Amino acid sequence: MTEQITGAQALIRALELENVDTIFGLPGGCILPAYDPLLDSHIRHILVRHEQGAGHMAEGYAHVTGRPGVALVTSGPAATNMVTPLCDAYMDSIPMICITGQVPTSAIGTDAFQECDTVGITRSVTKHNELVMSADEIPLIVRQAFHIATTGRPGPVLIDVPKDCLQNMMTWHWPTDEEVLESLPGYKPNTKGHSRMIKEAARLILDSKQPVLYVGGGVLKARAADALRELAELINTPVVTTLMARGAFPDSHPLCLGMPGMHGNATAITAMQKSDLLINLGARFDDRITGKVSTFAPDAKIIHVDIDPAEQGKVRRPDVPIVGDCRLVIEELVKTIKEMLANGEVQADISAWKSRVSGWQEQFPMYYSPNEPGEALKPQFCLEKLHELAPAGTILCSGVGQHQMFSSQFWKFEEPYTWVNSGGLGTMGFSIPAAIGAKVARPDRTVWAVDGDGCFQMTAQELVTASVERIPIKVAVLNNSYLGMVRQWQEMFYDERYSEVYLSPELPDFVKWAEAMGCVGIRVESPEEVEPAIALANSINDRSVVIEFRVDAGEKVFPMVPAGFGNDDVLLHPNQNDRREFLR
Amino acid sequence: MSMTPNTTSMPSHHILSVLVQNRAGVLARVSSLFARRGYNIFSLAVAPTEDPDFSRITIVVDVESSPLEQIVKQLFKLIDVVKISELDPRRSVERELMMATVRVASEDRGQVVELANIFEGKILAVGTEAITVSLEGSPDKLDDFEELLRGYGIVELQRTGRVALPKLDKEARTRPHKNGKAS
Repeated sequence: MTEQITGAQALIRALELENVDTIFGLPGGCILPAYDPLLDSHIRHILVRHEQGAGHMAEGYAHVTGRPGVALVTSGPAATNMVTPLCDAYMDSIPMICITGQVPTSAIGTDAFQECDTVGITRSVTKHNELVMSADEIPLIVRQAFHIATTGRPGPVLIDVPKDCLQNMMTWHWPTDEEVLESLPGYKPNTKGHSRMIKEAARLILDSKQPVLYVGGGVLKARAADALRELAELINTPVVTTLMARGAFPDSHPLCLGMPGMHGNATAITAMQKSDLLINLGARFDDRITGKVSTFAPDAKIIHVDIDPAEQGKVRRPDVPIVGDCRLVIEELVKTIKEMLANGEVQADISAWKSRVSGWQEQFPMYYSPNEPGEALKPQFCLEKLHELAPAGTILCSGVGQHQMFSSQFWKFEEPYTWVNSGGLGTMGFSIPAAIGAKVARPDRTVWAVDGDGCFQMTAQELVTASVERIPIKVAVLNNSYLGMVRQWQEMFYDERYSEVYLSPELPDFVKWAEAMGCVGIRVESPEEVEPAIALANSINDRSVVIEFRVDAGEKVFPMVPAGFGNDDVLLHPNQNDRREFLR
Repeated sequence: MSMTPNTTSMPSHHILSVLVQNRAGVLARVSSLFARRGYNIFSLAVAPTEDPDFSRITIVVDVESSPLEQIVKQLFKLIDVVKISELDPRRSVERELMMATVRVASEDRGQVVELANIFEGKILAVGTEAITVSLEGSPDKLDDFEELLRGYGIVELQRTGRVALPKLDKEARTRPHKNGKAS
């Protein structure tokens, strides 16, 4: 059967066949032909107010579902507006498909209206990108894109489609799995770990007296939370969850130490520093975790499980490198360790290590100075109350800065895929569009976006999208009228010389702005107003709600490992500093 | 007195032989991985292989071994890259082609022709004031020839960049990077 359809029809049909249920986008000249068949499709299109919003919504969607988020935008400025979300998705290994329009093939390279070299510009911020050269190629390129975005180390794939390729007729053909694999001879991700390496890892684990499970975002990408829990309980080993892995292991679990790194808690940081074996599962020794690399976990042997071979040895040379999918490798590891134990082998005694770790936990709980009467509201208090009052299964999204760190520190994550943030790229303005994408994917869940006043002003316009499309999210703006994290660095490392970080306490009027966008706006200035405001927000489900919390500008994120310093030099909250010697 | 080659010294450059899908944009993907890190590509040769669906890119770079290892791993991640081998310069054959136009008066032309003959080069074109010669051979041989031609005054010179294959002797050893394909 040779069915003739347009390239645009082929594109939308291909997306339907890839089980796409939602597209985030904004039409324009070159992509116009693709928007016509969309009218006849069951795919829901969310019309954004800025293309960057479409990209972050697609990321939010992918974060909470594991399925690729899809963004559809036009050429030129729309494509350049997608660069930030593409890079964000690339850094955090988020599966995403971005389809951009392009000027007709005959006009490419002529500086035509709204032309830019999209594949050139996005080459280094995508896992792969492809310029379509004829309508006939569209189905195969779409299938390749979904395959590449979702297998191996996930990531964003961009498809650039010239207008004539959308308009031209083509003979419909849906490629088989075999055709897709054959068309990609250079792409064969390895998912199954090497069995000899897994045995070596099991041996190191049983011999270790001071082990730590160092869990990264790869565990979530591999849907390996259950496997991780089985492994952790089998070997009774403390777990740290990086910023990208919050929720991969329940914070309430007795083995959970929480987040390590630059703003991690003292126990998680110190346990890694003093360990004799770091079992890295899907983390990448990011500079925010290691601090100064030469002083990072100096006595630790390293098991590194990562699906990306390029991560092995990139920062820290592993003693046992295992290239593979975290879930498959962890399950194999559990099986191997159980066999060894059944054969009479014994795990080294780690009770002394465990009690040392508990000692740190007792001495160094997460801490902030509580509100004194008449003092400005503490942002940490707002986070605690947000968590306390949140309905079960609430998804938390955050922007980037102090409020992001407070979120990770003071929210308690109990299940995977309830935490959405921009870890690698650190994109201010991420939270509102990401929260919208998350809410579209999980309409059954309450979705809170925690934002700073700086971040909010970068992407707030997407709340109009949320209102028009009836996607009710909740936003907590922690307004300290500063670019708070920059202010913190200037206070601590630039002799309190505050340069260009003061925004404004009164402008914009967040409540009026929220109302103008169709949301409920609430202002909170004192601690006693916090709970009622949050309860009110949680009770409103027919529209989005923005609560502006006027918070203490002087509050800093502690603990902190200053940039360029080692983790042993972690700065504790001033009230905990007198106990410093306990960290030795 | 016999000359003993110093086989323990580290090679001064690295030769990567990269098998890629023969399609638009692949060279840009490959070269940008070097450019991003600030490494200059010393020479580059690209052409289709015996199978026209694939091309071989021969890249010569002066990079320390450890950053090179990372670049090679990143190259592997490119979807269009099928295979990468690092060729040990001591265990591979390298060839390059050079063409040069030399300004030479007719009375001195014989000297240049003689040089070309000694090096087993070819005379491609002869004019009243200039002569164009070509030479194919190992990059070292081309360096020597180029040096000698300089004395006459080079008007234009073009080299292709080297191509390389592993030697066939029993010690031939490539170092195929097989530690897992892209992800």
